[in-house]
Amino acid sequence: MTPLLQVEGVTRRYGARIGCEDVGFALWPGEVMGIVGESGSGKSTLLGCLSGHLAPDAGRVLYDAGSGGGAQDVTAMPEAARRRLLRTDWAFVHQNPRDGLRMNVSAGGNVGERLMAVGARNYGAIRARAEDWLGRVEIDTARIDDRPSAFSGGMQQRLQIARNLVSGPRLVFMDEPTGGLDVSVQARLLDLLRGLVRDMGLSAVIVTHDLAVVRLLADRLMVMKGGQVVETGLTDQVLDDPQHAYSQLLVSSVLQV
Amino acid sequence: MIHLENVSKNFTLHNQGGAAIEVIRGAFLSVAPGECVALTGASGAGKSTLMRILYGNYLTASGRVLVGGVDVAQAPPREILALRREVLGYVSQFLRVVPRVPTLEVVAEPALAAGAEVQAAQDRARELLARLNIPQRLWPLSPTTFSGGEQQRVNIARGFAHPYPALLLDEPTASLDAANRAVVLDLIGEAKARGAAIVGIFHDVEARAQVADREVDVSAFTPQAAGA
Amino acid sequence: MTDDLREYNFAYLDEETKRMIRRALLKALAIPGYQVPFASREMPMPYGWGTGGVQVTAACLVPEDRLKVIDQGADDTTNAVSIRSFFARTAGVATTERAAEATLIQTRHRIPETPLREGQILVYQVPIPEPLRFLEPRETETRRMHALEDYGLMHVKLYEDIARHGAISTAYAYPVKVAGRYVMDPSPIPKFDNPKLESAAIQLFGAGREQRIYAVPPYTQVVSLDFEDHPFEASKPDHPCALCGATDSYLDEVITDDAGARMFVCSDTDYCATRQAGGAA
Repeated sequence: MTPLLQVEGVTRRYGARIGCEDVGFALWPGEVMGIVGESGSGKSTLLGCLSGHLAPDAGRVLYDAGSGGGAQDVTAMPEAARRRLLRTDWAFVHQNPRDGLRMNVSAGGNVGERLMAVGARNYGAIRARAEDWLGRVEIDTARIDDRPSAFSGGMQQRLQIARNLVSGPRLVFMDEPTGGLDVSVQARLLDLLRGLVRDMGLSAVIVTHDLAVVRLLADRLMVMKGGQVVETGLTDQVLDDPQHAYSQLLVSSVLQV
Repeated sequence: MIHLENVSKNFTLHNQGGAAIEVIRGAFLSVAPGECVALTGASGAGKSTLMRILYGNYLTASGRVLVGGVDVAQAPPREILALRREVLGYVSQFLRVVPRVPTLEVVAEPALAAGAEVQAAQDRARELLARLNIPQRLWPLSPTTFSGGEQQRVNIARGFAHPYPALLLDEPTASLDAANRAVVLDLIGEAKARGAAIVGIFHDVEARAQVADREVDVSAFTPQAAGA
Repeated sequence: MTDDLREYNFAYLDEETKRMIRRALLKALAIPGYQVPFASREMPMPYGWGTGGVQVTAACLVPEDRLKVIDQGADDTTNAVSIRSFFARTAGVATTERAAEATLIQTRHRIPETPLREGQILVYQVPIPEPLRFLEPRETETRRMHALEDYGLMHVKLYEDIARHGAISTAYAYPVKVAGRYVMDPSPIPKFDNPKLESAAIQLFGAGREQRIYAVPPYTQVVSLDFEDHPFEASKPDHPCALCGATDSYLDEVITDDAGARMFVCSDTDYCATRQAGGAA
């Protein structure tokens, strides 16, 4: 087995300011990696670089599509190929569902878009897949023709997940997927994500500042501060026995319930 | 199956003036398949610390921590995850689960993760829940709202869902009534019989006497100077 | 009045502007369906009245041309009349209402029923050239989507139609794929006209406000987008023309009195008149 994603020396600067610097790690099939750190620590910049939304100033992001063609550097891919990757093998779940959904298109159209983008041309089949996925993310299929603007925040986030996962991706990037949701809704979403990750054998990179989220979802953890990775390891090892001063501060700052 | 060789452990508290606390020094432990070793020692002597070192939650300063041939102290996260999935089980004192997941699924999950068929995993989960006297009407509910004792039993059921060759038990009989305590001790006995190597912490002296083959006093590994 | 207008260059526009537009036209013909940006000029008419089409016409006209202008198929509506007289005055070209006799036809929202032949040019007035606009408002993004042939969104629009109305309800400006590559808005022609986009004539599209020109060269493949289980249909009202009896032409519904009486007549006035004169009714 080879890593699905191999990240080497990824650096992105904003002028003189560092977005993220010299980040490297390997993500294996089926693994969920959490990236934690406070606002401005560079986690979202890193996620942008990994997912092809931002061009890194240095470094490589090697993705092995598993087609036998070996790993390809995503940062060096032609844009057409990168986009194809982003709507087939990869998925990106935004913190704000409005960024990841088409608000003026029905729920079914939102879920079906990826299918149509890769050539699905049978309305009935597309609709059936959309219904199946609405069910999987626990949205009443009777609402398939409603627009997301009529949905609650939690439903919008679940719809965004359905829209992303319908193409059967192998790698999902999530930026604060539970941010901005009520605690009870968060729990439901976490459960859903965990089930999907397990059932579909997904690999995921999850950026969050919520340590409870990574405790439940992530196998491994990466702690970032000031654009740099200060600590990596097994999730519960980093949370139970943090080594770096910043990780210790982060862990000890969490309110216990 | 489980071998600790010359293990030591320090904590450096960067946010408290960089205070370095040495909690374990020169720990040795060896547990054979089918054997149950009880860790003893006063509260704070490092029993739970040693368990966490075995499970890979705590990093070590030196030494080897071999579980089923994998050096937990050195192995990359991926190997430790595989070890935990297939070889090394852990019943902690607290149940930590995703809210909203039904009890039956919580218990079946470790077996599924280890590659069991859904049906087989759920059958095993039902059997364990029944033995541990969790009323069947609670199975479809999330254990997060259960009483402390019920949660502990769900946690135990989860720990025994997959036949791990190595098992860590942290106070498995605490807060259980006599009947359930007997069930847990039976489960431990069955695990030993099928060849599991077990390390446990039992404050319950009778329980310890019933299942433990040996006792290891971890005070022996406590550095005197640290006074911890 | 006529003397005053002679002060203008032939066909109103200066030669440098025509050159710029012709370059855009050549590029558009070379890349069928691709929207070529051009420096649209202020014209002596408001946007929405065909400023794009007029500039394309002006750049194509030669003194020998015979010009026809139609608006929704009719030669006698305000827009058609004023544009026809504009070129009659500024270019002095001959005009006609007969599609068969015209060398250049400027049109708004219709394709003539009479099949066009080689050598003819059909110039469309285009309000919104971007077929993806209503789904993706960002121009930077739609251009990238065209560049990368990322057209999933176009079918989302059709999907939405079926989901809401049970059938593809888009009745005009029905999106097409040109020469197997670019998705194009054929301007707001009824979808009944879509099959006629595969033509022997040169078809040029001018959007003045949006500053875009695109084209379909003669005999180019033009496919209307659809789903396997909801195929494209070039539909029209199911009536014969009340005036000429034609059953194969696109019809307008005309309300004839306050009681709501109505009749269906050919939208193409030339086609209808020719049939009536020939006694076809």
